[in-house]
Amino acid sequence: MNLHMPPYSKAPATKMTPKILIQNMNFFYGATQALFDVNLEVPAQQITAFIGPSGCGKSTLLRCLNRLNDLVDGSRLEGQILLDGQDIYRADVDVTDLRTRVGIVFQKVNPFPKTIYQNVAYGPRLQKVNRRATLDDIVEKSLQGAGLWEEVKDRLHASALSLSGGQQQRLCIARALAVNPNVLLMDEPCSALDPISTAKIEELLHTLKEQLTVVIVTHNMQQAARVSDYTGFFLLGELIEYDNTKKIFTNPGDQRTEDYVTGRFG
Amino acid sequence: MIAGLLLLIMANGLGFFWPKALVQLSLNDGTQVLGQMNAKEMIPYSNTPDAPEGKHRIQLKVGNRDLYGLDFRWIDEDAIQARSYPKDAVFVERREWGNFFGKILEVRKGSTVLASGSQSGWNALQPLVHHANEIHETIQHVETDVIGEINYEMEDIRLQLRGLNLTEHPDDQEKHSLNAQLETLQSIYEKEAETLRTLYDSLRDYSVVFIDANGQAQSLPVGQIIRVLHPNQMPWHEKALVYLSNIWMVLSEEPREANTEGGIFPAIFGTIMMVLMMSIAVVPFGILAAIYLNEYAHQGILVRFVRIAVNNLAGVPSIVFGVFGLGFFVYAVGGTLDTLFFPESLPTPTFGTGGLLWASLTLALMTVPVVIVATEEGLSAVPREYREGSLGLGATKLETLLRVVIPCAMPGILTGLILAISRATGEVAPLMLTGVVKLAPSLPLDSYFPFLHIDRKFMHLGFHIYDVGFQSPNVEAAKPMVYVTTLVLVAIVVILNLTAVALRNRMRRKYSGSTV
Ligand SMILES: Nc1ncnc2c1ncn2[C@@H]1O[C@H](COP(=O)(O)OP(=O)(O)O)[C@@H](O)[C@H]1O
Ligand SMILES: [Mg+2]
Repeated sequence: MNLHMPPYSKAPATKMTPKILIQNMNFFYGATQALFDVNLEVPAQQITAFIGPSGCGKSTLLRCLNRLNDLVDGSRLEGQILLDGQDIYRADVDVTDLRTRVGIVFQKVNPFPKTIYQNVAYGPRLQKVNRRATLDDIVEKSLQGAGLWEEVKDRLHASALSLSGGQQQRLCIARALAVNPNVLLMDEPCSALDPISTAKIEELLHTLKEQLTVVIVTHNMQQAARVSDYTGFFLLGELIEYDNTKKIFTNPGDQRTEDYVTGRFG
Repeated sequence: MIAGLLLLIMANGLGFFWPKALVQLSLNDGTQVLGQMNAKEMIPYSNTPDAPEGKHRIQLKVGNRDLYGLDFRWIDEDAIQARSYPKDAVFVERREWGNFFGKILEVRKGSTVLASGSQSGWNALQPLVHHANEIHETIQHVETDVIGEINYEMEDIRLQLRGLNLTEHPDDQEKHSLNAQLETLQSIYEKEAETLRTLYDSLRDYSVVFIDANGQAQSLPVGQIIRVLHPNQMPWHEKALVYLSNIWMVLSEEPREANTEGGIFPAIFGTIMMVLMMSIAVVPFGILAAIYLNEYAHQGILVRFVRIAVNNLAGVPSIVFGVFGLGFFVYAVGGTLDTLFFPESLPTPTFGTGGLLWASLTLALMTVPVVIVATEEGLSAVPREYREGSLGLGATKLETLLRVVIPCAMPGILTGLILAISRATGEVAPLMLTGVVKLAPSLPLDSYFPFLHIDRKFMHLGFHIYDVGFQSPNVEAAKPMVYVTTLVLVAIVVILNLTAVALRNRMRRKYSGSTV
């Protein structure tokens, strides 16, 4: 580990502006601490992957980025998370507005028990977009953005639950895209999917990266190596190492990272 | 067990409508009896060498309560010499004294005989009965609509007068005009009452003389007759028609003769009205309470305590709710409302006595725990992923509740409502204290402002069963009515349940069936 770096720049030497900047962050579920002094920069329009054994706090960190952890009784955050330079945990931040800027796709595929169309239009409707033509447009664009349009354009009003698992996950991506976020958080989006659906979503990530910043949690090392530009390795709530994906996988700076990526670790 | 019980109720309830044949029995002592076979049973300890299995006796419905005093008679089979089914035996449904079984002797106008003998008497009688029924309809119209309206207006003016007298300085001029109005109404009333008298008199113009099986004659004004049938010569399709019209009559008409005859419409109507009002009260309250407990309240000791209290409330005997309803709603709330808003009609209570509103609210109170528990279960069964998915798209908590959580919890909420309705429909005890009566003078819904009279007393199927079956002077004759009422009550409960269950299953199908 490079000890000359200041604590918050355990980050790769990048010239890009950080989209998200996490500083000295500690996170607690009641009395138990889930994250310890995390410092990290997420560069804009890149794909950042979080890897690590399960229970190490990857999801917790991800959910802090759009304040979904606010819902957990007794949870507490110390330190700062800046999105475009603004502290998202400041008291005057509109959480619902934050969540439209930072979308999220979950590990457990969760389309609402409504039609495909209603699922995608859900977010825009919350923002009082009610004109049919506008909605139609948003729905089409979002489904195209998620690579699902061709498959469902003839049955937009069928139940979302009638789609296959992979299609449902892409529908969830489309639903998140419909509110036009500039960060997309993905928590193990492919862990429940077959290899073909997984490949489709990985392909999708490359096109998404052109418009937005993606943070993806995965426990599949090959996936992190394939899709991401930067990778952070977590262990027991600590960020052990954060660097270029290539560097992490070929020449990690920490022994524990090396053990993990080479599979010598649990 | 339940299926057997239902079958018994069905068989007895539905069989009651079928026009049974009239059998004439010649007895050993030389007398004749005419009636409908009702039941047959073994005489206890009657085993003799010639009847090793025991002897039987039959129960005959002989009708003619005015002649015999009793509707039913047990006859030993040993005592019967011959049975016959006389073609010209008539079945007469009357407005009083139950049915009459016999034969037509003659039809008269005053004291002149118009027709005599079975057949010509029958022919002469049909149009007369039809006409008399029309007169009854006119009377009904005059009594309830015309005179009812006059009474209503007069009562209104009287109340205004009393209200005026209660004020400090009554306005003499207004008093005067009100008194004048009252007098005009009074004269109109008298005119209508005169019409009514003539109508009633005209019902006695014609009369029929019947003879019973032993030749005893009985004269009856035609106005007393609802219909005359020849059950022994009716083909089955005519019987089927009578059967259907009997069913319709019971469902649509008002009761007669201390509820043992006629229809049960007011009871059906009252039951449904009460259940509807209860649902209107219980659904929003129960759902809001459940949402608060499940979604908003901090899950601490207090909430746990409230939950236990709610669950215990569901186990409190219903009569306790009745007593509470009487004490709280009727006396406390109703009494206060009366002194505040209806002082002119005191000491006659308006809301300070049992009524539809108080009964419905009492039942709502009784069933609200069921709704709360079921709704809470429905809410907590909604997957966390749905809530997070919605919140992650920028929805507020309320939006998430309204657009995702509550629609998904709808099957649970409906289950609660179903349970509440089934429990409320069958409940009688608390109603007896809070507004049910054996005979309500008017329906809670009519054409006078404000149309829905939530302060009125009402009739209820459950109480009707109790009243007809166990409180009536002529229990044996009322038995079919008890079965019919039970059947209707069970049918209402079953229909309400089936609809709600179907609705719930449709929703369930909509919200599941994922094909991952
Ligand atoms: N809602 C919660 N309440 C309490 N502890 C939690 C909660 N969610 C996660 N944790 C704990 O926080 C730690 C990190 O969990 P998580 O972020 O889900 O790990 P990962 O996603 O890396 O598998 C785990 O020890 C887990 O038990
Ligand atoms: Mg996780």
